[in-house]
Amino acid sequence: MIVTAQLCLVWALGWGANVALSRSGHRIARLLVPMIFGLTLLILWQIAVRGFDIPGVILPAPTDIAARFSTSLPILWADLVQTFFKGALSGYVIGCVAAFLTAILVDRSGFLQRGLLPVGNFIAALPIVGTAPILVMWFGFDWESKAAVVVVMVFFPVLINTVAGLQETTAMQRDLMQTYSASYLQTLIKLRLPAAMPFIFNGLKISTTLALVGAIVAEFFGSPTVGMGFRISTSVGQLALDMVWAEIVVAALAGSAFYGVIAAIEKGVTFWHPSQRK
Amino acid sequence: MRSIIPVLTVIAVIIGLWYLAVVPMNIKEALTQAERAGATVTPPSARDRRDAGAFGLVMQNSFAIGATFNQDRPRLPAPHQVMAELWDTTVDKRITSKRSLVYHSWITLSATLLGFAIGTGLGILLAVGIVHSRVMDLSVMPWAIVSQTIPIIAIAPMIIVVLYSIGVQGLLPKAVISAYLSFFPVVVGMVKGLRSPDAMQLDLLRTYSATKTQGFFKLRLPASMPYLFASLKIGIAASLVGAIVGELPTGAQSGLGARMLTGSYYGQTIQIWSALFAAAIVAAALVGFIGLVQKMMLRRMGAGA
Repeated sequence: MIVTAQLCLVWALGWGANVALSRSGHRIARLLVPMIFGLTLLILWQIAVRGFDIPGVILPAPTDIAARFSTSLPILWADLVQTFFKGALSGYVIGCVAAFLTAILVDRSGFLQRGLLPVGNFIAALPIVGTAPILVMWFGFDWESKAAVVVVMVFFPVLINTVAGLQETTAMQRDLMQTYSASYLQTLIKLRLPAAMPFIFNGLKISTTLALVGAIVAEFFGSPTVGMGFRISTSVGQLALDMVWAEIVVAALAGSAFYGVIAAIEKGVTFWHPSQRK
Repeated sequence: MRSIIPVLTVIAVIIGLWYLAVVPMNIKEALTQAERAGATVTPPSARDRRDAGAFGLVMQNSFAIGATFNQDRPRLPAPHQVMAELWDTTVDKRITSKRSLVYHSWITLSATLLGFAIGTGLGILLAVGIVHSRVMDLSVMPWAIVSQTIPIIAIAPMIIVVLYSIGVQGLLPKAVISAYLSFFPVVVGMVKGLRSPDAMQLDLLRTYSATKTQGFFKLRLPASMPYLFASLKIGIAASLVGAIVGELPTGAQSGLGARMLTGSYYGQTIQIWSALFAAAIVAAALVGFIGLVQKMMLRRMGAGA
């Protein structure tokens, strides 16, 4: 009873503060309101777990997760290195570079474009994580197989977006380059690639999440005794849910940081695009 | 129509490359079997063959190329083997049989559809709330966007086990994961769609003195449909992935994910590939179905083509 009252009180406080803040229309509200909302949810979670005595094998309290997080930093770091830096990042780079080069080759032939784009679009919609067991069988349990899964997962989104982006220039712009007697390479580098950048970065941003998903899920099919996917599946087996949550926090941080880095690079490269102007 | 010939060409090239890749991938097993059958193999000792390059082995033992296409447990099954397995496990088996892929696909599909329905319903409701309430917009929307950059699927094993430990099992845990994965794309797309009418159109409704409800049903909701369908396509593909991954951690007995997992435990590569193709067919059918509904709906709403 008291717990329920506490929950209602915290919710009312948090929500009330947010209502007041968003009415004020202050600029800082844009930053503050989501923070308060997230914090309110965390406090509610904490009170509910402690108040209703929810066992840790069902839902650990945020403080338990934070405690576990701070005491097992070396393990979490090792997992992050194995899954993110070795598996996801190397696969991401290989996949994106391969897709980019393929797109430039495809772009020279209208026939290939018409043939490859529908097929690529189709493949991009398929559950490609399903190739994980096959690739784990081919490349072994270590990070190489995870990188291979990531390569397959990021290849098609980047390919489709790059090909679409390379078609972005208008006939007028291409004509202008022609009147300058620009060669194919000059047109590509000075006009078409810059024009394609918003599309390419769209593909790159979609692929950041896919890369992490691929690397983690591939570890469910076999991995050395380190890695985020391995830790999650074994900790679930031991009902050490605080460890699972700590690992999820790491995955969330790594995922948003990865996305943030790509978005920051995009901002620098496509500063001229309307969507980036303030 | 213009693109049919190029598409067919690309598919033919892919199948051709696949057949070419089968030979070097399987040559070592093929040679081992040929040796057991009494044939003379060019580096005679198994150890030399293990360290030799696959292409060199193919050149030296060209008689074994035919055998690489017909192995029981190939590293890379040939396309016709996968097709034969698909045919065998869909058409030739009763669909209630545990060895029928139709049965396994249905298990996965039902979880996908249930989860997709839940996720989409909640997503649309939340989007409506976000569009109508500034507080909700400011507090929930940033989190919905951030959540798209997080590998949400990492929590799948935990959801399964936790729901299992409080007594929920079977279809629902997988559906929860599917719902979770399809939820956020729908929220983000639907909010964008409900906001897509421009100020001019909103002003017009105001001059008609339309109420908020009328404005919602006559302008915002119809305007959001193209956005909604775009995110539904993403959502249903994500739902299917969720249902498949949801079958991995518990070692489920049935479903496409379970087929892949048991296939990888027992080295049954053909089984993995056929499950993968079944998943691809299901995904294509689901996305195609949503595309069809979209086309019909937009036509009824008067959109051209």
